[in-house]
Amino acid sequence: MSALLSIDKLVKRFGGLTATDHVDFAVAPGEVHAIIGPNGAGKTTLISQLAGELHPDEGSIHFDGRDISRATVPERSLLGLGRSYQISQIFRDFTALQNVMLAVQAHAGHSFSFFRPALREAALLEPARAALTQVGLANRMHVPAAAMAHGEHRQLELAMTLAISPKLLLLDEPMAGMSQAESEEMVQLLKGLKGQYGIVLVEHDMDAVFALADRVSVLVYGRIIACGTPDEIRNNPDVKDAYLGDQEEAV
Amino acid sequence: MDKATNWSSPRFYVPAIVLLGLALLPVYSMVAGQPFYVTLFSRIMIFALAALGLNLILGYGGLVSFGHALYLGVGAYAVGILSFHGITNGWVHLAAALGIGIVTASLIGTIVLRTSGMTFIMITLAFAQMGYFFVVSLKAYGGDDGLTIDNRSSMVLFDLSNHTVLYYAILVCLAGVFLVFTRLIGSRFGMVLRGVKSNERRMLALGFPTFRYKLVGYVISAQVCVLAGFFLANLTKFASPSYMVWQVSGDLIVMAVLGGMGTLFGPVIGAILYLVVEEFLSSLNPGWFPKVEDVLNKHWLALMGLFVILMVLGFRKGLYGYLVEREQKKLEKRAQS
Amino acid sequence: MSLELLIVQLLNGLQYGVLLFLLAAGLTLVFGIMNFVNLAHGSLYMMGAYFAAWAYNNSVFGIQGSFVFAAFVGIAGSLVLGIVIERVVLFTLYERDHLDQVLATFGLILVLNEVARFIWGPSSYYMEVPDKLSGTISLFGIAYPSYRFMIIAVGLLVALGTYLLIQKTRIGMLIRAGASNATMVGALGVNIKLLNTLLFGLGSALAGVAGLMAGPILSVQPGMGEPILIVTLVVIVTGGIGSIRGAFYAALIVGVIDTIGRVFLPIVLSSLVEKSLAQAAGPAIASMLIYLLMAVVLAFKPQGLFPVKHG
Repeated sequence: MSALLSIDKLVKRFGGLTATDHVDFAVAPGEVHAIIGPNGAGKTTLISQLAGELHPDEGSIHFDGRDISRATVPERSLLGLGRSYQISQIFRDFTALQNVMLAVQAHAGHSFSFFRPALREAALLEPARAALTQVGLANRMHVPAAAMAHGEHRQLELAMTLAISPKLLLLDEPMAGMSQAESEEMVQLLKGLKGQYGIVLVEHDMDAVFALADRVSVLVYGRIIACGTPDEIRNNPDVKDAYLGDQEEAV
Repeated sequence: MDKATNWSSPRFYVPAIVLLGLALLPVYSMVAGQPFYVTLFSRIMIFALAALGLNLILGYGGLVSFGHALYLGVGAYAVGILSFHGITNGWVHLAAALGIGIVTASLIGTIVLRTSGMTFIMITLAFAQMGYFFVVSLKAYGGDDGLTIDNRSSMVLFDLSNHTVLYYAILVCLAGVFLVFTRLIGSRFGMVLRGVKSNERRMLALGFPTFRYKLVGYVISAQVCVLAGFFLANLTKFASPSYMVWQVSGDLIVMAVLGGMGTLFGPVIGAILYLVVEEFLSSLNPGWFPKVEDVLNKHWLALMGLFVILMVLGFRKGLYGYLVEREQKKLEKRAQS
Repeated sequence: MSLELLIVQLLNGLQYGVLLFLLAAGLTLVFGIMNFVNLAHGSLYMMGAYFAAWAYNNSVFGIQGSFVFAAFVGIAGSLVLGIVIERVVLFTLYERDHLDQVLATFGLILVLNEVARFIWGPSSYYMEVPDKLSGTISLFGIAYPSYRFMIIAVGLLVALGTYLLIQKTRIGMLIRAGASNATMVGALGVNIKLLNTLLFGLGSALAGVAGLMAGPILSVQPGMGEPILIVTLVVIVTGGIGSIRGAFYAALIVGVIDTIGRVFLPIVLSSLVEKSLAQAAGPAIASMLIYLLMAVVLAFKPQGLFPVKHG
């Protein structure tokens, strides 16, 4: 089975600091591959390189059979790579529905249409409504994003990522800042997505990781020190020393 | 917002009242025996048009261009230079102006849109200054002194040398551009511009190649200024480098913000207010406090400057913008309940 | 095209360049640290010229006609004015977006230009070149105006002084650190507000120096600050925002290219194309040279020639 996403010996340096140190990583279609690691390990740097916001110094990234190492951020999105951010990147001036409609619009052909009202286009409305319903925001569609709660922003963030019909989701701490109840709802939601998309999940919430992940990679100081099933990782002594040691209660 | 026009909304009745008022002004001017009003408001509408154009990218795109007066110059000098060489057909003037406008705006836009933030502001200012010096160096076309135009553009079907006809031509264009923009803002293209202003990083991540949309927006807004320049040259029968100085670019931004840059019609309101106050202060002369009035007449710019500073520190949404925002809050409350 | 003409114009370019550097230094540092561009910087240059010219032409504390005293008044005046403007108006803008900053400083320029016009009138306010410097000195066998040479000398001295201040002193280290990461420096307990006010004062004083020196050779009039401010913006964008080194090299390059270009491009052009075209196109293209240079630099190095690395 060929990988949906594969990274080969990726390196990223910032001056004297090696933030990504010869990382190998792969995600099969429909697989949830989680990345865990202590703060400062370089998880967000890695996600940024996958998304195209940062360019690696060495190594390559292959997605869906293509080398995307030099592809721009919009190009990767159009190829089927969807990303959600740790700090919600939404359009505060628009309603939830308009937010998601924009996402749909990005993948619905070009936008050099100057007269037709975009907000009445069925081709944009229907998929947007569907995505919002899927994440549980069906009754909040016309609320301005700025007026929504933090947890709702995370749901909106996910809806926008789903609305572009991606093949792979890059989820950077989707549960960041959520309450226990909200996190559990999000985990249920993500469970429902399993199998349909390849998912790279960066998370600190260990309950979520062990509930969702098929495979887990542990990133410490820019290097992957272990990669395996959740159980293998849970029992790996190196991982316990480097990371899970402080997280005993969470496991 | 995606519902049918709400007749009681300020978004409707303010533009309607203002445009109606402008349409009736020449009648009032004739009745009051003050033909000067037609000239004054022709000039006001020209700047309203330019400010409206600028605001497409300023208010809706989040791009602070401090160099849009350059395009006023392009429009004015297209008329001036062609007239100088004996070409008097206004449609040729217009075609040349818009053609040069597209080329210039595309070239400059391609360079400046690679930058952002304060750098963008600074280099738009720099390129407008470049245009100013370029025109000044053209001694054959008047250089620093400007270029006199013997006759207004001949439009064949109508006669611009009649002040009232020119007035209505400008009004029709102002109303027309405003109406076109109302559609543009709600179109796919408009949504992309607004999305870029709101969160460009997210737009890129969604898959929009934002550069090309910003460039097209920049060119469209420049073309509206070129059109305004065409009218300006016709109104004054003069093309001058002074149309392109940095203060004019700054004035356009002030007008947009004064009226409310988050709205389409705001810049028109802002332009009317700004230029009426300017006219009032610089010709104030009832004779009550002659010394003060004299100072005001000569140094009214200082008051405008103070006013701009206070505006920035105080009411940033602009007058019309404030009205619209109040309506917006009402709608939001309704949607939430 | 004689060698003598070339050398004189090179020196003129250098002289223009050091004036640009004096303006650029303050502007780029304040932008680098506070992410704030004070477009009214040109007004401080103007006021330096006006204060100096006024002190030179009138009897102030019984002193008249003394260039040294006039210079002192010019520098002190622009320093004080700069600090007052910063503390009263500008400090409210540091957290605001760039549009607000641009609008407020635009308003400030309008006010200051009118104040100058009100006090000293709309026409040029004349300040003559002081007697002792009105001759020429011999450089490379050529007679070059002493006054212009003084400008070059003072400018290079100030550049050296600024370099030493920035690179070799503790204050300078704080400034460089602040340009790289202002929040961090603030978190380390340094009073970033005071640092910024000092920096602003320094920048204003430098602008005043540039203005008072330029006064006798350019014309002192309301609005004289803005054209040179815009060229200064070209300098700091080309050199790299926040970088003193970038400002220095870019200022000299811009100064020389602009001066040499205006003089020699029409000549060069007329040897390539027919005379009337060269006479029309020459000055036109020469006037655009420095902006084209900026565009070319930005195309290859969007952060400028010597960008500051941000932490």
